[in-house]
Amino acid sequence: MEDIVIQAEALKKVYQMGEVQVQALRGVSLEIKRGEAVAIMGPSGSGKSTLMSILGCLDRPSSGEYILDGENVAGLTDDQLASIRNRKIGFVFQSFNLLQRVSALINVELPLGYANRPDEGKGRAAAALQAVGLESRMKHRPAELSGGEQQRVAVARALVNEPAILMADEPTGNLDSKVGQEIMDLLFKLNRERNTTLLIITHDPRIASQTQRTIRIQDGMVEENVQ
Amino acid sequence: MKIKRVLLGTLTVLMGNKLRSGLTILGIVIGVAAVIAMLSVGQGAQNSITSSISSIGTNLLFVSAGSESRFRGGGFAVVRNIKPLTMADAQAMMDPFQAPSVEAVAPILQGGNISASANGQTSTTTIYGVTSNYFSMRSELVSEGAIFSDQQVNIHARVVVIGADLATTLFGRTTNLTGQEMRINGQTFTIIGVLQSKGGTSLGSSDNQAVIPLTTARDRVIRRTGNSVDTIYVQATNADSVSQASTQISNIMRLRHHVAVGKEDFSIFNQQDLASTASSIIGVLTIFLGGIAAISLLVGGIGIMNIMLVSVTERTREIGLRKAVGARNRDILIQFLVESLFLSLLGGVIGILLGWLIALIVGQVASASGTALTPAVSLNAILLATLFSAAVGLFFGIYPARRASLLEPVEALRYE
Repeated sequence: MEDIVIQAEALKKVYQMGEVQVQALRGVSLEIKRGEAVAIMGPSGSGKSTLMSILGCLDRPSSGEYILDGENVAGLTDDQLASIRNRKIGFVFQSFNLLQRVSALINVELPLGYANRPDEGKGRAAAALQAVGLESRMKHRPAELSGGEQQRVAVARALVNEPAILMADEPTGNLDSKVGQEIMDLLFKLNRERNTTLLIITHDPRIASQTQRTIRIQDGMVEENVQ
Repeated sequence: MKIKRVLLGTLTVLMGNKLRSGLTILGIVIGVAAVIAMLSVGQGAQNSITSSISSIGTNLLFVSAGSESRFRGGGFAVVRNIKPLTMADAQAMMDPFQAPSVEAVAPILQGGNISASANGQTSTTTIYGVTSNYFSMRSELVSEGAIFSDQQVNIHARVVVIGADLATTLFGRTTNLTGQEMRINGQTFTIIGVLQSKGGTSLGSSDNQAVIPLTTARDRVIRRTGNSVDTIYVQATNADSVSQASTQISNIMRLRHHVAVGKEDFSIFNQQDLASTASSIIGVLTIFLGGIAAISLLVGGIGIMNIMLVSVTERTREIGLRKAVGARNRDILIQFLVESLFLSLLGGVIGILLGWLIALIVGQVASASGTALTPAVSLNAILLATLFSAAVGLFFGIYPARRASLLEPVEALRYE
């Protein structure tokens, strides 16, 4: 039996906008194996961001089943979801989302602070920064780093708790294509070397083409599931 | 470890925005400083008044004309036809059978703002016309010369014992003045003694005075009808007999003035009454002013809430990110609460120091202007201010912190 890390069944998400109900997801079912690199594509408003939020445990589905790394996530409380995000998921955002006032190292330590394990702090954070090639930039603040370096810090932050899944939402959206490709190479390398499942939301077909599989979303449903 | 992390984070945020943090705590600083200054100056005033009242003399009673209820503004027992106090009243109080608790009696004529001149200088002063036992009753001692005797009172001698301040004003010195002449109300007097300085008191300087024989005062300086006097000082035999003496004097006076109980046309004050009345007035005043100061603490708290709300809005994305990497609602709540608590406590500490400084300055100004007032910064006031500012920080921090903690991670991350 294959090791399934994401198993979603008939996910629906309905937003109440005033008196109008908006169906962002109309029943999405998908499975992602451990160690897979998957791209999720779709036009604006297709529901791919909503899907990413639900798969990332940032939001709950209105209905449907979601089993993440063997845990049924559907009925969990806010605090339990926070713990799942902390342990199992690493996020990389389009706009980096680093804390501007503190060093790269402290940014990377942030998830460790919310983990309920004994503090192995500096060592792990430094190792993560080393893994993204920023060992010489640990004491720098985000403002003193280039866009590519900032995104590397964000990747290191996503890695530091050794999550099962890395979720990247348009990770190259704010970078030029050369630096963007370097970030993608880094993500793919981590995916290969650590067997970390990689989920990338993107508009860019060139990035999607480098993944093993592309899931296309249209009008809140899976339209195409290309192997 | 966790506490250290939260505190470090708080410091980073607050130090990263020094101007804003400074302005935010300003309200608390001013509030706490005002409370501390008010309480300590009030306490100082209370101490000073109490001590200056006891410096008037020991075991004293003051008898004056006019009913007590009118004197105190009661207004219900209006007494008509008030008879003035007379020398005969004073004499009657010396009766050892009717007033065994009375040690000594001194009738007094008192005139304020009377011109005194000497050596080409002119000043106004308070003139006391007294008998010779006045000095011992008021614990007045001379630093030079002597007080006048009963004999000098009897012969209406034109002699004067002057206070230290008056001496300095007129002659520029307090020594070597015996035998000098001075004019009081245009009349020539010979200085026979200089009183020791008692220091300024909050009841007015007792060093700016001139004391002359009662008989001479009646003749030449302070004119009163008949044989009347302004005040009669009565000294009880000891501290325990003050109230007995008061009762005995009341009985004598009621008989002499033909008035019933409750319709007295005279009033008797004793030092303890005076001290407790004065300190209760100061106490009420202190609480009142402290209360006004506390309002500015409240305003300071609202300032903190305001800034924390702005901060929550500004840092919405940060909150979203923290939640995305595993912060629970509780973690965010604590983070923001610690920030507002830290702000208010820092404001409290600075406010205590500032209030202390203000109290010291008030004390300096007071002593420079001749009033001995030593502000007393009490531990209670400091604890109260610290507790109060912490409470303000918690109270006004809860709403913004709760708002931050309840942000939905998805929406917070999308916030522009």
